Amino acid sequence: MAKVKSLADLKKIKEELHAKMDLREKSNDPEAQVQIKVGMATCGIASGAKEVMEFLIEATAKRGINSIVTQTGCMGYCYAEPTIEVTMPGKEPVVFGDVDLKKADEVIEKYIKQGELVDGIIPVNYKTIDNN
Amino acid sequence: MEKYKMHILICGGTGCRASASEAIQNNLQDALKAKGLEEEVQVVMTGCFGFCEKGPIVKILPDNTFYIEVKPEDAEEIIEEHIIKGRKVMRLLYTDPEKKEVVSDSKHMGFYKKQIRIALRNCGFINPENIDEYIATEGYAALGKCLAEMTPQAVIDEIKESGLRGRGGGGFPTGLKWEFASKNEADQKYVVCNADEGDPGAFMDRSILEGDPHSVLEAMAICGYTMGADKGVIYIRAEYPLAIERLKVAIKQAREYGLLGNDIMGSGFNFDVEMRYGAGAFVCGEETALIHSMEGLRGEPTVKPPFPAESGYNGKPTNVNNVETFANIPVIINKGAGWFNKIGTEKSTGTKVFALAGKINNVGLIEVPMGTTLREVIYEIGGGIKDGKKFKAVQTGGPSGGCLTEKHLDTPIDFDNLLAVGSMMGSGGMIVMDEDDCMVSVAKFYLDFTVEESCGKCTPCRVGNKRLYELLDKITEGKGTKEDLDLLRNLSTVIKDTSLCGLGQTSPNPVLSTIENFYDEYIAHVEEHKCPSGQCKALMQYVIDPELCVGCTLCARNCPVDCIAGDRKEAHIIDTAKCIKCGACMEKCKFNAISIQ
Repeated sequence: MAKVKSLADLKKIKEELHAKMDLREKSNDPEAQVQIKVGMATCGIASGAKEVMEFLIEATAKRGINSIVTQTGCMGYCYAEPTIEVTMPGKEPVVFGDVDLKKADEVIEKYIKQGELVDGIIPVNYKTIDNN
Repeated sequence: MEKYKMHILICGGTGCRASASEAIQNNLQDALKAKGLEEEVQVVMTGCFGFCEKGPIVKILPDNTFYIEVKPEDAEEIIEEHIIKGRKVMRLLYTDPEKKEVVSDSKHMGFYKKQIRIALRNCGFINPENIDEYIATEGYAALGKCLAEMTPQAVIDEIKESGLRGRGGGGFPTGLKWEFASKNEADQKYVVCNADEGDPGAFMDRSILEGDPHSVLEAMAICGYTMGADKGVIYIRAEYPLAIERLKVAIKQAREYGLLGNDIMGSGFNFDVEMRYGAGAFVCGEETALIHSMEGLRGEPTVKPPFPAESGYNGKPTNVNNVETFANIPVIINKGAGWFNKIGTEKSTGTKVFALAGKINNVGLIEVPMGTTLREVIYEIGGGIKDGKKFKAVQTGGPSGGCLTEKHLDTPIDFDNLLAVGSMMGSGGMIVMDEDDCMVSVAKFYLDFTVEESCGKCTPCRVGNKRLYELLDKITEGKGTKEDLDLLRNLSTVIKDTSLCGLGQTSPNPVLSTIENFYDEYIAHVEEHKCPSGQCKALMQYVIDPELCVGCTLCARNCPVDCIAGDRKEAHIIDTAKCIKCGACMEKCKFNAISIQ
């Protein structure tokens, strides 16, 4: 690593390193972020949940959305995999089914950015006991 | 740069490492590799999370899951269940003892709710052996700001305005100390970091150095800039091998980055840091003794003035600050004095780190704003007394402090309040005692420590403390008299008045505060020859209850000194004169017929 030659240098290095620590800082305050959970059970993965998750992580970062993308187990909607659950800060979670890359893009652009609901919402028929 | 989807943080403090956190790290890494996930999940060993009671701690991000008491063999399950399938491993989560609810993240745990972590901000958050992670979290930005945008006096003014006071125990305003050192002209000046943490049960400085060594290096450089010193020395006890190791790594990395050395960040300012190892003498926490020890002389205090700010290490102006004090500096510069001095109380700003120990549910390292009450610390953060017993006293300030009782529980903790009630802040050890603790024995324990640690220079401290110890010993042996209590008081006052350094001036405090707050207990020892909490062995008597004894002879057969007599199927009796109080009979009795009186 090159030497830090000035304050501007230090700031530049910090910016470069920031992406690496970003996830840890956000985790301190998950409620303030858009939380996206991707169902990653066998059925989800077989239907392409892995690619969708990659896409969500990269796309939200690129489009400047403060988000935490995590994977979760089977949500039970095997007929509509891949499924994702999106929780906007201070709002109830919304579950979207049949999320391919195109739909994921639509969810980001319409629901996350503008708060418009898009097709494919699955009414939530369960409660999570562990609420976080 | 690789970007991981998940981070697994493992506590790498001394406590958790002793409980095999390194093996946990290796197993996690192996399990990730076996699943081909090593590119996606980062495993990081951090500093102390503070919740030592339930260590080793493993934290998973971004969902912020807090696993406790993890064992190396749990690693595979964590990867398999949590990382791959997204299901939390329920049996490793924390259960709130009161509400009986599972709490999966630290934010909602009683232990963390009231804490504000400034000095410990990076402990349990960054990898202390990786300077990049420190830089990514504002590291060295404060030093950069000082060098590029602030004059030395402006930095001193900022620290003065912040109200920061020395966290090593004395509570002297840090800004003023820096100003004195800056005003003395000399060809060479020194910044010294006092890492000679000596209070029994205190481990905050060690944890900061283990978890965030760069924050101390950065602050020392800032201090050097304000006073015109280009050399920094860390005086650390050799019995902190992990802290030393991490400091060495940190110093090496900082030098490679040019953040220590010549012409730091193009400012023309030079600063470098080296280390000196102490042999772990309590008196070397006193700054003049510390400086003598650094010079290779005996660790003995000398009269102030001259203060180290005029003539310290090698006779040059020297500024000595404690580890925790330094750890606060970068934050004050980054966020401003105005941010800092709004935390805490008017005369004691900011936070204080405490090492919670003793008969308390949540043993660990905590950081709370000044002004938090003892009750909040003990019951809300500490989770109350172990095994549902009754609170008796809390000892603050280590061997120099005092024991506070029930009536002090609502005292807001700050430097002045603790002094006013006869104890002191000290470096922040906090030992909680329950109904089973004998306060005379507690005082004796601390005196035993001071007798051992007195450097021997002043007679009152060298001989006086020994006499205090002997008097206390006499009382716990049941041979004390009421006159001994007056003698204890008188002698204590003399030692306090006539000792040169802080060690002797404060060593009788545990005696005075226990006499003051637990006079009845002393009286019970000297008049009734009884120890109310049943701790003083010499005052205990094993007694057989004739109602409960069935005469099975088991106790008599197990007594090593044959002092139990009685016929088969008749109540037995213990000859208390011959009894050596080993407790074997009580352990063997199946009818609970034997008790201590």
